[in-house]
Amino acid sequence: MNFSEVFKQSNQLCKVSPDGKYLATCVQYRLVVRDVNTLQILQLYTCLDQVAHMEWSSDSLFILCAMYKRGLVQVWSLEQPEWHCKIDEGSIGLLSSRWSPDGRHILNTTEFHLRITVWSLCNKSVSYIKYPKACQKGLDFSADGRYMALAERRDCKDYISIFVCDDWHLLRHFETETQDLAGVEWSPNGCVLAVWDSCLEYKMLLYSLDGRLLSTYSAYEWSLGIKSVAWSPSSQFLAIGSYDEKVRILNHITWKKLIEFEHPATITSSKAVVFKEVEKRPVVGTENVSIHQITLGSSLFNTQSKYEIASLPVQVTVVKPDLDRANPKIGISAVAFSADNRYLATKNDNMPQSLWVWDMQRLGLQAVLEQTAPVRCFVWDPRKPRLALCTGNAKVYLWSLAGCVSVKVPAEGNFQVQSLFWHGNGDSLVLLGKDQICLCYMHTSSCSVPVTLILSK
Amino acid sequence: MGDWWTPPMMPDPSHDTKELSSISHISMSPSRHSSSAALPKHSYSILSAFCTEENVQQCVTYINQEASSLGLGGVSLDSGGPGVSLNAVSALNLFYELLQLNRRNQRQLQDLESQQLKNCSNLEHLQTNNSRLKDQLEHTRRENSGLHEGERQLQLKIRTLQSCLKSEKEEVQKLQNIIASRATQYTHDAKRKERESAKLKERLNQLLVDKRDRKLAIEMVNCVSRSDGKRGLWKTGKMEARHEGEMYKALLSDYEARQQTLMQENSELKKLLQHMKKDMVSILSPKKPCSKAPPTDDSCTKAPPADDSLEQAGSEAEDEGDECSRDALEQVCGAAREQLANSIRLQWRRLKNHMQRLDSQVSLAASQEDTISIREHEEAMQRMRVELQQCKEFIQTQQQLLQQQLSSPFDDDTAALLNDGYTLEEKERLKEEWRLFHEQKRNFERERKSFTEAAIRLGHERKAFEEDRALWLKTQFLNMTPFVDRKRPAMIEGRSALSINAEPETKVLSTSAAPNTSVPHPGFTSNTPSPAHLPSTAELYRTLQLFPESRNPGRRGSNGFQSGDTLTKSRLRNSSTDCSIFSLLRDENSAA
Repeated sequence: MNFSEVFKQSNQLCKVSPDGKYLATCVQYRLVVRDVNTLQILQLYTCLDQVAHMEWSSDSLFILCAMYKRGLVQVWSLEQPEWHCKIDEGSIGLLSSRWSPDGRHILNTTEFHLRITVWSLCNKSVSYIKYPKACQKGLDFSADGRYMALAERRDCKDYISIFVCDDWHLLRHFETETQDLAGVEWSPNGCVLAVWDSCLEYKMLLYSLDGRLLSTYSAYEWSLGIKSVAWSPSSQFLAIGSYDEKVRILNHITWKKLIEFEHPATITSSKAVVFKEVEKRPVVGTENVSIHQITLGSSLFNTQSKYEIASLPVQVTVVKPDLDRANPKIGISAVAFSADNRYLATKNDNMPQSLWVWDMQRLGLQAVLEQTAPVRCFVWDPRKPRLALCTGNAKVYLWSLAGCVSVKVPAEGNFQVQSLFWHGNGDSLVLLGKDQICLCYMHTSSCSVPVTLILSK
Repeated sequence: MGDWWTPPMMPDPSHDTKELSSISHISMSPSRHSSSAALPKHSYSILSAFCTEENVQQCVTYINQEASSLGLGGVSLDSGGPGVSLNAVSALNLFYELLQLNRRNQRQLQDLESQQLKNCSNLEHLQTNNSRLKDQLEHTRRENSGLHEGERQLQLKIRTLQSCLKSEKEEVQKLQNIIASRATQYTHDAKRKERESAKLKERLNQLLVDKRDRKLAIEMVNCVSRSDGKRGLWKTGKMEARHEGEMYKALLSDYEARQQTLMQENSELKKLLQHMKKDMVSILSPKKPCSKAPPTDDSCTKAPPADDSLEQAGSEAEDEGDECSRDALEQVCGAAREQLANSIRLQWRRLKNHMQRLDSQVSLAASQEDTISIREHEEAMQRMRVELQQCKEFIQTQQQLLQQQLSSPFDDDTAALLNDGYTLEEKERLKEEWRLFHEQKRNFERERKSFTEAAIRLGHERKAFEEDRALWLKTQFLNMTPFVDRKRPAMIEGRSALSINAEPETKVLSTSAAPNTSVPHPGFTSNTPSPAHLPSTAELYRTLQLFPESRNPGRRGSNGFQSGDTLTKSRLRNSSTDCSIFSLLRDENSAA
């Protein structure tokens, strides 16, 4: 594993272009575009204000920089550095901005979810979509970029509009059987739309592209419901994480529950491997701790860590949530399938230090990673069944079937990995610190960093 | 014992006498006369006066009265005598009667006493029992009351709990009502608020539209072409239709793909099913004959023939099912599938039956093994007994026959004949042995001859070898002499080797001329004898003559040659003797 130098960044704004060639980072009001391989600066753009949101267009030709406070969006071209575009949303204010899948339209959601403004870069035309719903995930483009599903709220009822992204033609418009729609998500093949209700009610609705209701699923009533949803890349499974600390997998044929994954506080499953991160502080004898050493060593706080395979049964650290407060820290907050559909990673909020990996072939628990700090972020490799995660310290953790690795980022200063994401080819990993970034290359040929690896049983 | 039990009707003075009499009765054998004699004596000794001379009459009457009251004969007085005297017979009778009575009474009294005692102890026992039971009763009563109390308390508790429950239920109801009302209120409020906000949004929207926000604008250097390079199209009905079409196409393709995968899966599953069925058939079919064969065996007599017939029917049905399923594979329809399922079910049942039967057979065999062995054992015993019987009979008959033979007269002729036969046989055998012995002897002789021949040959060979060696030694010796040119030895050696090869015949010839050559010849003159016979020496000489300065070696060489010759000769002789000895040894060996 190799690590690049550390670069500055602000607002965690760092994106790799969809074609994988460029790396764009925002530093205050400047946008820096680098070559991913050489990390040479290719372009430098100056925005009008501190950038709040940045996004590559799908064809990697344009970069959108949104300044929500100013209600401004600036678009830069990579091919023609002198070309620029500025969209002013006016006095109404800007809430969010995003590219349409074709990379020629920009969708701006205005304050109060009053409307969505669709700006065309082709002909400067502007169109509005009214009544968008303010919810967790009210808008989703299908994977092929052809359709857009939008949750709407009119007359205290939820509706879904399906648009054709080519010319923003309204294809379907239908009412949903939800109390308070919380999110919509297309299946990866773009034929099924999963719609779920807010956490007050466990309700999952599945609509066909043509607006037919395919199925309704509800696991229980009178309790907090769905917290997270994920489609498998093959559209075969729909994983639903809920507040009852379980993940339910629906199949794509009958849309019935296939299996239920519980997250018990005591792991007894004999087929699961529990990797426990063990921190190893450099051993310093108490009698020869001198001022010299203390002043010398920031290394004193430079803890190393490694994974140990815990023998079953294992007790997972559980944090008791405050149930009286809104959005209690309990339940499955994140679910993600690996690229090959083989594994499912989940995180239970009241077990913040552990990450669960499930085998979808065996439909059982595969591994549990018990970290020393709460898991901040975990991402699957887009090519391999390999999982990267970070816990807000100076280390990157990798899980694969072969075992678990903990790698310290050898950056100067205090580089704490807040979040991370993979490069599209799975060769490198972009680590985001508080105001820095660092690239981590996965080439195993030149291993310059001490790696502590434990092979699984 | 209880003197207070004495009958109270008797007057006090008789008290002691009675007792004493009773004691005497007990202590000694009841000789009534003596006692009756003793009694008056005793009674006379006491001067208590029941009867005096004066009141005899009264006494008699009194006694009579008393006796009659007791149902006894009275005492009569003799008035004939000088005084008044008692009629002895009647008095004695009465006395005897009284004594009897007394004794009876005594016995009765004893019985009654013992009865009394028994009763007393009984009473005591009953009393204690009674008290115990009373205690128990008390205890149970107390317990009962305690339980009653407990029950009462529990009931009280139940009542309070019930009331509590009721109140709780009411509260729950109330709370639910409150929740419901709150929920409705909340939803109502939420809706109202939402409507308000919607209205506000609408208003805001309106305002925005009306105001014509100046700032709302897009600034661009120049327009960008579409990503697909085409021009934007107008929204028309045709476009709508096209979108619909595309959508349906996408859906259809998805469904098709899904169906494809399902079909594939289905076919794979069917294949698996078929495979399983085949396996099952193969598992079942070889068992059929053996499961059909056992009925002859007594262990399987329990397996009913109905089962077998069922199996046959099953197998037939299965064959049908097999075909059906094969058909089903080709034509995919519900009925076929049902048939398939049916056939599978049938086979499962068959398999189950089979397994069950196997199990039962195993258990049966386990249970029957002992009995079978016993039965078999018994049968064998029977058989052996019969055999034994037969053997015995056979032996008996044989013995009988032998006896008859022995008992019958033995004539000499037959004996002589028999003896003759024996001697002849022996003679024959001896002759045979003789012949064998002769043959062996001849063989030995032949062998001995061959050995002697071999020994002679060996002697010859040895002689030849000795000659060779002598020659070789000679040449070696010559070569070692300092007069020989140092450049030569290789050549000379080569020649000598050659000569050795060519020599054997010449040597054999030279043996006849040995005496002549054996004479030592000093100097050069000695080289004359038969150079042609010994070409090697001749050659040697020739070479020596070529080099005149080497004189001594020549002479030495002749010496060597001569000595070598004699040596070989003697050796030959020795060897011949050796040979003879050897052959003798061989003879001895062969004779041994």
